[in-house]
Amino acid sequence: MRRITAFNVASLILGIGFLYLPIAVLVIYSFNASRLVTVWGGWSTHWYSALADDAPLLDAAFISIRLALVSASAATILGTLAAVALVRFGRFRGRLLFGAMVYAPLVMPEVITGLSLLLLFVAVAVDRGFWTVAIAHTTMATCFVTVIVQSRLIDFDISLEEAAMDLGASPLRTFAEVTLPLILPAIAAGWMLAFALSLDDLVIASFTTGPGATTLPIRIYSEVRLGVKPEMNAVCSIMVAVVAVAVTAASLMAKFAGVRGGPANAQP
Amino acid sequence: MNKQQRSFLQKLIVRIPYAWLAAFFLLPFLIVLKISLSQTAIAQPPYTPVLNFAAGWHGIAAFFSGLSLDNYLLLGSDPLYVLSYIKSLQIAAFSTLMLLAVGYPIAYAVARTPPRWQMALVVLVVLPFWTSLLIRVYAWMNILQRDGLLNEALLALGIVKAPPVWLSTDTAVYIGIVYSYLPFMVLPLYAALEKLDWSLLEAAADLGAPRWKAFWLVTLPLSASGVLAGCLLCFIPIVGEFVIPDLLGGSRSPMIGQTIWMEFFANKDWPAASAVAVVLVCLLVTPIVVYQHQAMRAAERD
Repeated sequence: MRRITAFNVASLILGIGFLYLPIAVLVIYSFNASRLVTVWGGWSTHWYSALADDAPLLDAAFISIRLALVSASAATILGTLAAVALVRFGRFRGRLLFGAMVYAPLVMPEVITGLSLLLLFVAVAVDRGFWTVAIAHTTMATCFVTVIVQSRLIDFDISLEEAAMDLGASPLRTFAEVTLPLILPAIAAGWMLAFALSLDDLVIASFTTGPGATTLPIRIYSEVRLGVKPEMNAVCSIMVAVVAVAVTAASLMAKFAGVRGGPANAQP
Repeated sequence: MNKQQRSFLQKLIVRIPYAWLAAFFLLPFLIVLKISLSQTAIAQPPYTPVLNFAAGWHGIAAFFSGLSLDNYLLLGSDPLYVLSYIKSLQIAAFSTLMLLAVGYPIAYAVARTPPRWQMALVVLVVLPFWTSLLIRVYAWMNILQRDGLLNEALLALGIVKAPPVWLSTDTAVYIGIVYSYLPFMVLPLYAALEKLDWSLLEAAADLGAPRWKAFWLVTLPLSASGVLAGCLLCFIPIVGEFVIPDLLGGSRSPMIGQTIWMEFFANKDWPAASAVAVVLVCLLVTPIVVYQHQAMRAAERD
């Protein structure tokens, strides 16, 4: 009884329209020639070329990208280890606290995470800057990676590992040659999510940053606090485009890997 | 690899992330707790007492006698804080209900489409979440400003005569929250509805139940886990939300996230900001524990 009712179609169209309309408006207005954001003055790429001369903004973008690369990679390693520990090691000592520390940051308000990390950095008297934000972002993103990798580890057929071990592979080799390739899509997805979260974060970075480490969101926030600006429409549109390209590429890659990773590829 | 090496490796796999989270998630909380019991001081760091191990037992004793509950008493006596908490809980509760009302039909419709379309629709719903929250909120500033698209549309359609003010109102905050958190509500609902056995609805129809009754007695109870997960996943972070109320809302009655931000950055009152944060965690502890319990159970069940 898979009937698609008019009500279902309407909710899908309205829902997806609601999700995309504001972004579409933003992108269209970024090509507006008029400085008055609300008056349409014809098409122009003026605001995009103006960005190339905005040195502080470019610096901030560069810092944000470096930050996202570092913290996504660290979070992926920590998160994968945590997922393996949670799924494979049964009830080790301290598992309850471990589980709590893994799941709590997922819903913890960012102001609290940011404030508490800042107070830690002050208490141990480190200079705040790039690395303190990197630590903060790694901590926040680790939990998301753990959840993604964990669900993949639970899904996968443990008899594959047992078969490898029966055939004489060491646990390390089994992990490297059987487990890792099978959970790799989840690890890649986790890395991407961690990257996006780091690139996105305003609140935690604002608390934990120091001189010389102004990230792109902090920069954008300080510009748009007092109102809409055409240059910011252009920056935001570029970021939307980057995300759209990255997600499309990733889903194509997943499709490709899905074809290759099928039974045909299971020979030694 | 012998057994000893193996158990060493296992220990390492557990202890590395354990140590990281203990150092950068748990320990910071204990520090917040401690600072919330301290006094503001014009010093670096701007609070007393500072734990002084160099002074030995005497230093530790002085530290503990220096702690006080003054900041918490301040929270109770100043209506700014109390109103801020009430406002946050109220906005979070109402917007969670709105999210449920908006998200349920979408999740339901996705779950009822043919399976080969479902994945594409889920991607469509989640995709905006990958763009920055700041950008999505900023996009609404474009639309909701005085001469923005919304007012132009309303004027052109003759619905209003003078442009109403949207920015700096609670309405704008609700719009921003529902917009930003929609994927968080739709995904868990879809996950629950996708597993639903639709033949149960046929059975209900065969037995003469009208559709609303079949929905109320069959679909809704069977998707209850998704409803709970979606509501918690939205409610908890919304209570502490900063960016959305700061950019779209007014400054007259701030939400608690804005209050912490203000105490910290504008007033430089770290102990007060810490106390506000501790009380916020206490308020959220019940929903967070319920959420964790549910998340762990869901992870183990799948």
